[in-house]
Amino acid sequence: MLRLFLVFSRIGLTSFGGGLSGWLLREFVIDRAWLSEDEFLNGLAISQALPGVNVKNMAIWIGYRLLGRRGAIAGFTGIILPPAIVIMLIGALFSTLTRFPIAHRALLGAGAAAIGLSLSMGITAARRVPRGIVPIFVLVATFLTVGILRWPLVWVLLGAGSISVGIEYAKLGRA
Amino acid sequence: MPKVLLSLFAVFAPLSIATIGGGQTIVADIQRQVVDVHHWMTEAEFLNAFAISRMAPGPGSLLVTLIGWDVAGVPGAIVATIAIFGPTTFMIYGVAHLWSRNPGARWQKALESGLRPVAAGMILAAVYVLLRSLEGGFLAQAIAFASTGILMATRINPLLLLSAGAGIFLIARMILAI
Repeated sequence: MLRLFLVFSRIGLTSFGGGLSGWLLREFVIDRAWLSEDEFLNGLAISQALPGVNVKNMAIWIGYRLLGRRGAIAGFTGIILPPAIVIMLIGALFSTLTRFPIAHRALLGAGAAAIGLSLSMGITAARRVPRGIVPIFVLVATFLTVGILRWPLVWVLLGAGSISVGIEYAKLGRA
Repeated sequence: MPKVLLSLFAVFAPLSIATIGGGQTIVADIQRQVVDVHHWMTEAEFLNAFAISRMAPGPGSLLVTLIGWDVAGVPGAIVATIAIFGPTTFMIYGVAHLWSRNPGARWQKALESGLRPVAAGMILAAVYVLLRSLEGGFLAQAIAFASTGILMATRINPLLLLSAGAGIFLIARMILAI
């Protein structure tokens, strides 16, 4: 449990520039193989669909999968607590930090590289979408409505999600 | 509990339930509440806090921790953090529990395979929005794509990549600024 807590807090503390789910994928699936890619992506889909900050949902999901209730607690506290303390320290130091534009510059570069984490996860997730007209259509429609048209996420999720889940449910019934 | 702690909780707990698909969706509403409704911060202070939350490690939603801290010190930070993360914690916990109780049920398989394309679309859309709003122009985009390629092809530690990105930016800055 302590080990799980430490892994989560390391991810929480080193994930500059966002893309935390990308870090989680890397640590738990690629590096440690504690979860299969399928299990991870299922958890991700559910974490996004439920209300709540995704990363926190995901940490609880992974923790529960690995160690039950204790794992969920380790995941939740690990991903939230250490970074929460750090952000307050940074907040306290901020007035000093802003005097060095160089810090801002370096963080920009790190942030740009961090997008790679999200994008590589997006590609992994897209690759594992079942082949078929409906799933591909749902993927593209979600991307267009959220990314380009900037529709509110909630409605896209409810709309695209229920259509897609409904069709899958009907398909499973027939099989 | 002092009144300000209560109102911090009252503002952030309902917003926590409104975060579907990611914490960034509620930032606009946080700003409205914090700046316009409660006058806890000025517009500029809020933007500062937002910038810190973006560059600090950890979930971006720790923005509210920072706001709580700014408004009411450590108790404020604790209350705000619990309010934004707490209520939905039990929901995901309950679902994770249900999931492992009924492995392979029809509704589960339908939800898993049905939500997957939506999740993939949402991640890609978020990346697209991030790329569009990325400061630093062509160089930043090149770094983003290069790091994607390297991550997909190798098992490199991402921290190394982030440091490289920061280094490249600093060097480019020195060369171009002269």
